[in-house]
Amino acid sequence: MFGDYSFGDLMSILAMQGFAGLILFSVFVLMALGLAIIFGQMGVINMAHGEFMILGAYMTYLCSHLVQDYAPGLMGGYFFIAMIVAFIVSGALGLLVEWAMIRHLYSRPLDTLLATWGLSLIMQQSFRSIFGAREVGIDLPSWMMGSLPVFGSIEVQINGLLVMGITLLITGIVALLMYRSRWGLQVRAVVANRTMSGAVGIDTRRIDRLTFGLGCGIAGIAGSAFTMIGSTGPTAGQLYIVDTFLVVVFGGAQSLIGTIASALTISQTQSTLEFFLTGSMAKVLTLLIVILLLMLRPQGLFVLKVRR
Amino acid sequence: MSSDKSRFDFFKPSRRELLTGAAALSATAMMPPSAWAQKFPTAAVNTTGLAVTDTEVTVGILHSVTGTMAISETGSVQAEKLAIEQINATGGVLGRKIKFIQEDGASDWPTFAEKARKLLVNDKVASVMGCWTSASRKAVLPVFEQYNGMLYYPTFYEGLEASKNVIYTGQEATQQILAGLDWVQKEKGAKSFYLLGSDYIWPRTSNKIARKHIENFLKLKVVGEEYFPLGHTQFNSAINKIRLAKPDVIYAIIVGGSNVAFYKQLKAAGFDLNKQTLMTISVTEDEIDGIGGDNIVGAYACMKYFQSLDNENNKGFVSAFKKMWGDKTVIGDVTQAAYLGPWLWKLTVEKAGSFDIDKIAAASPGVEFKGAPEGYVRVHENHHLWSKTRVGRARKDGQYDMVYETADLMQPDPYPKGYQ
Repeated sequence: MFGDYSFGDLMSILAMQGFAGLILFSVFVLMALGLAIIFGQMGVINMAHGEFMILGAYMTYLCSHLVQDYAPGLMGGYFFIAMIVAFIVSGALGLLVEWAMIRHLYSRPLDTLLATWGLSLIMQQSFRSIFGAREVGIDLPSWMMGSLPVFGSIEVQINGLLVMGITLLITGIVALLMYRSRWGLQVRAVVANRTMSGAVGIDTRRIDRLTFGLGCGIAGIAGSAFTMIGSTGPTAGQLYIVDTFLVVVFGGAQSLIGTIASALTISQTQSTLEFFLTGSMAKVLTLLIVILLLMLRPQGLFVLKVRR
Repeated sequence: MSSDKSRFDFFKPSRRELLTGAAALSATAMMPPSAWAQKFPTAAVNTTGLAVTDTEVTVGILHSVTGTMAISETGSVQAEKLAIEQINATGGVLGRKIKFIQEDGASDWPTFAEKARKLLVNDKVASVMGCWTSASRKAVLPVFEQYNGMLYYPTFYEGLEASKNVIYTGQEATQQILAGLDWVQKEKGAKSFYLLGSDYIWPRTSNKIARKHIENFLKLKVVGEEYFPLGHTQFNSAINKIRLAKPDVIYAIIVGGSNVAFYKQLKAAGFDLNKQTLMTISVTEDEIDGIGGDNIVGAYACMKYFQSLDNENNKGFVSAFKKMWGDKTVIGDVTQAAYLGPWLWKLTVEKAGSFDIDKIAAASPGVEFKGAPEGYVRVHENHHLWSKTRVGRARKDGQYDMVYETADLMQPDPYPKGYQ
């Protein structure tokens, strides 16, 4: 395979391949973060996670059109406004859904799975009715397309860099919220022991609602960011949901570090295998490896020690 | 009405042809419906109990309008409804207005089979325009053969099928692929190819045919072949492999949401499709809508129809389509092929002088449609269409400029020798 290539060629491919792995890692972290918060902290399996992401993507689509029509001068930077809008809209819908549906089902975790799956179908059909069955194209500012030459024949994708930056930022904010804020302290207390937290005066219902809203809001940001690399259509959320669950479950549902470690493992395995094998085979092997590891460690990579 | 008249102007040649060719038919064109019924009494043209009355004939439309495939199948439904409306405006079929019953396959293959059974058994429809994916066609095929129905199937597909109960109005794989490969060798001096595809039957069979043609007939090299699960969204590793292999031509048969991800990431990785030749057989104008013209400008597509084709039939078709479905709609290859379905059926019924399925199946070979937007087409003995193959180059605005078309109609060859 490598016979015909010069050392320089191989080195630059190696570098670019490493970068491809890093992009995949960022994508995985970003899409899993919202789910990890909801699943890990509340034990709710949110099957509509992908649809919340696509809601964010559609918000970006709307913003791009609004900006184009009313403030074409802002086109270069609209993407960041769009991301904030996506966070607010997805988060608000999350709050609403928690209030209307999820909170009635906390004692029946399996039913939340069914209910959120139903929600995902409702959202898909709503997207289809509102935005049409076809995929929509989103105009990106021209500076966000293409690649930057770094060194010799090594080029890095601008949108990949942006996704990495956004991931870093969001992960940082979430980590700060979780481990440095009063709210985070309360969330962790509720996870550790819901009854006791209630007894010491933490409003567990409010915590649940905010957690769910935050998780959905982050999904919205992820969806908005992914318009740079993927498609936006009514069912595009389904493309992400399997990988997302894989990352969260493999990482150990209750741990932020676990999610990150698991995203790293899966993304590196997948992108390396993809390079040496074909896309389909890489997927099969990745899934096999994950299954094997889960058989050895059913709780996932990182387990939070909780007294039950 | 005057605007209606101009809308259907493009069909004139074929109507004129009917006038000169079939004197009996030309006389009946002037008759009121009751006279039609006398000339072709229902009992005589419908001996098998289909849903045909003195004034109406019922057909079925069976596509997904919900679920994943709704993205692709919406255009086909629109084209079929347009064709039916136009046929009704020009006198219907044997003097009978076409009424349609639409069913939703919901992107689910068992649902397709169930709805097909409903259309054939309960509604007794005289023909069905429908299906899009090969999987849905394979699911309904036994139903159509068991209850003896007639399906007009619009999508370009992998071949290896020829049923008495199906008319394939899209191209089969060899029709779509071979001419494009010949062209890219001749015009671009291509020596090496990298084949990509989504992992299911159509891309795999098509790439198999492409590989055989490249290696055995053109004596060129395939430097890579690779498949991705449906819905795959991360192509950076694959793009690095392509970069390493340095093929003259990237040959891509990726479908669905993956398509968007692939072209966006290819562009982001610094591939300029004006310099790197890329040929696809899976991206029509419909798909470019989602991909974004910026991301695919310069790529070559090989199929039989582009919205930008410059002929009178097509101009009439495009303006009628936009008038019915809105200015922003685009028309891709499959949408045009779906539009042929009702017309071919009408022409066949009138040739056979009967709605009976067996007579239509027997009369289909040789049926000609001169009003087709893609230009003249004719039905082959194997129920596929003779059609030209064209290569188009993607523009920034999401349309294709045709850069090449075959001089002759390509023969449909669903069981190609030497390619299996």
